[in-house]
Amino acid sequence: MSSVTTRSSRPPAGGPRDTQDPPKRRPKDDTRIALIFIAPAALGLAVFLIWPLIRGIWLSFTNYNLLTPAEFVGLANYRRLIADPIFWDSMKTTVYYVLLNIGIQTAVAMVIALLMYRLTQSTLLRGLVLTPYLVSNVVAALVWVWILDTQFGVGNQILGWLGIDPIGFFTDSAWAIPTIALVNVWRHMGYTALLIFAGLQTLPPSVYEAARLDGAGEIRTFFSVTLPLLRPIMALVLIMTIIGSFQVFDTVAITTGGGPANATNVLQLYIYDMAFDRFQFGYASAMSVGLLIVLGVITAIQYRLSRADSSDMS
Amino acid sequence: MKSAFSSRNRKVAPDTKQAPGPRRRRSRSRVLSAAAVVTTAGLVLSGCGQGGEQNNNVIDYWLWDTQQMPAYQQCADLFQEENPEYTVNVTQTGWGDYWQRLTAGFLADTGPDVFVNHVSRYPQYADLDVLLPLDEQPATADQREDDYAEGLTDIWTGSDGHRYGSPKDWDTIAMFYNNQHLEDAGVSPEELGSLEWNPEDGGSFEATIAHLTVDSNGVRGDEPGFDKDNVAVYGLGLSDAGGGTFGQGQWSAFANSNGWQATDTPLWGTEYNYDDPQLHETLDWYFGLSDKGYMPRFGQFNEDDGTLQQLMSGSVAVVTDGSWMIPAYAGNESVDVGTARLPAGPNGTAPSMINGLADSISAETDNPEAAAQWVEFLGSEQCQSVVAEAAVVFPAREDAVERTEDIWREQGINTEAFTGPIDDGDTFFMPVTSHGADVTALTGPAFQEIWADRPPSAEVLDPMNGAINDLFIADAAAQED
Repeated sequence: MSSVTTRSSRPPAGGPRDTQDPPKRRPKDDTRIALIFIAPAALGLAVFLIWPLIRGIWLSFTNYNLLTPAEFVGLANYRRLIADPIFWDSMKTTVYYVLLNIGIQTAVAMVIALLMYRLTQSTLLRGLVLTPYLVSNVVAALVWVWILDTQFGVGNQILGWLGIDPIGFFTDSAWAIPTIALVNVWRHMGYTALLIFAGLQTLPPSVYEAARLDGAGEIRTFFSVTLPLLRPIMALVLIMTIIGSFQVFDTVAITTGGGPANATNVLQLYIYDMAFDRFQFGYASAMSVGLLIVLGVITAIQYRLSRADSSDMS
Repeated sequence: MKSAFSSRNRKVAPDTKQAPGPRRRRSRSRVLSAAAVVTTAGLVLSGCGQGGEQNNNVIDYWLWDTQQMPAYQQCADLFQEENPEYTVNVTQTGWGDYWQRLTAGFLADTGPDVFVNHVSRYPQYADLDVLLPLDEQPATADQREDDYAEGLTDIWTGSDGHRYGSPKDWDTIAMFYNNQHLEDAGVSPEELGSLEWNPEDGGSFEATIAHLTVDSNGVRGDEPGFDKDNVAVYGLGLSDAGGGTFGQGQWSAFANSNGWQATDTPLWGTEYNYDDPQLHETLDWYFGLSDKGYMPRFGQFNEDDGTLQQLMSGSVAVVTDGSWMIPAYAGNESVDVGTARLPAGPNGTAPSMINGLADSISAETDNPEAAAQWVEFLGSEQCQSVVAEAAVVFPAREDAVERTEDIWREQGINTEAFTGPIDDGDTFFMPVTSHGADVTALTGPAFQEIWADRPPSAEVLDPMNGAINDLFIADAAAQED
């Protein structure tokens, strides 16, 4: 997909040069060279993304147990998907997770970015903000499992000193999803903050000067100047983080494994279990296609609503 | 369905393994589809080693129980002495990862030649054609049913009549108790081993469990002023609500003595009975013990530690667990652990679920002959007596089991607690049916919910039972087509 956009933007760049210096030995256009440069990435894209995507879509119309040949069954998997209460339940769980995760993460990241932008120039501090992101998901999840253990965890120890009864963060169905969402907020907020911070740095100082001259306070400036100007950046950040958030898997697999009951049975986990534990690859593929469609629709809506392709800065 | 595939599909299987997928376009799509399989399965594959490769005289043997590893390593050494042309590689993987690794192994042809199998899993593997029927291998064809404890060969005989596992051990369930707690409460081991139970008021079993429970002020569970929210010692431990579908080490015996059968027929049933009110009343009583403070609530103890840790840390007085755990409970010097038989239920019997593991041969093995010889050896008197001597499980062979009982008796374990139900003819098998993985996937969260959120169990189990039975109804419909 990205190769299409690259190619279409090529001719205008090369065009004028051809007419200006005609006698050079240079070939008429750079298509061949360009293709050679694109090839490695395009090959990777084709082998690791496009082909599995096509194959996954094909498998969603089959009955496939991984060991015997796939058998075409038409729309049976999709009919089953519509009637499967566990699928819709896990869709709800996933959406709940995404709302909590993205809502809190974006707000916290915005605050961190503004603090970095306004209060400090220290690169050390900027680096520190990013550290949770450098920890692997699995390690982060394991560490939090230990910290929040009902019996022996430091977290509950501290709550105990405050006179609060131990909370089963990962074992109470009401707490599990919020806890997982917050663990991932902790891990990703620095990275998100850095993206927003980069966006903040592109804003021209002149608009702030103008705002100050007009007598706008900090809060007014934020809502009337910073936020609108940041819109394209925020749109990008949100699209990226929401897609990532919908695909939550490792944290859940390690902390709760979908439990208690099905309280944290997020979509990716359900798909994985269906494929690799229950050998129903066809149905698992159908659910993956379902997730693909949901993500596609959400991204399209977001793109429209946030007018991500245009900027107010001109 | 089963008998039809045995001749036909088996021939198809080998070449589909390399390139599962559309078989029209040859050369290039082969590479691509292989790459696709690698990427989609990459997650699982990355964790797996290089089993079953190249050298035909190397037999890869997988098991999950660390405690049994030394005994089987010893068997492997003996086998190699007798058959110098073969090498046996024993690999241990924890139960949690074992089945995923095995699946990945089947997909990528890096699995073991021979592996320890479980009744909840083998029907699916038999359906998928990844197991060799032992009755068709020369070395294992003559294994005799009456060499093994009663019924063990039955559970390893598929619905198609082929034998897919060579029995290696068996297990029953009993109570393990912390002797200190018993003494403090003035309960004798004999008393504990002869209790009775009913779903209405829990009978003398619940009364004893209540008495063994102590809150943080030292008040016992059956005394006035007992604080059920601050319990220091629970009467009964619990770590896993469902114990893999049937409450094997937890509530299976209670439900059975209350008249519940998990499936319509003991083996190869096609209808589950999770909607049976007799099960519901058992479970409502059983998990209700956690409401009363006699049993931990869900999530109170780390699930990974199991009931073993609960008993060893002194937090619970009694737990129910399988005989395969005897060495773990008895091996700890600091806690004096004893065993007692499960209580008798409303139907007057004190039953126990019985189950057994077996060795299976992967259909992908490079050398079926060597694999079968190794399986035959694992089930032979020679290897079984090594297992008996290690005293980690009850060996499957009748001629070896007494030795294990003797060793355990010397260690002060009351083996009667485990063999009693067999002597009385009150054991029942873990059900063997198709769709094992689906049933496990559906029941696991359901039992967890009953324990964690404490809804009436009928509310959770009735719809779940329908979902399970739909799988079998769909099978029947497909067969008619």
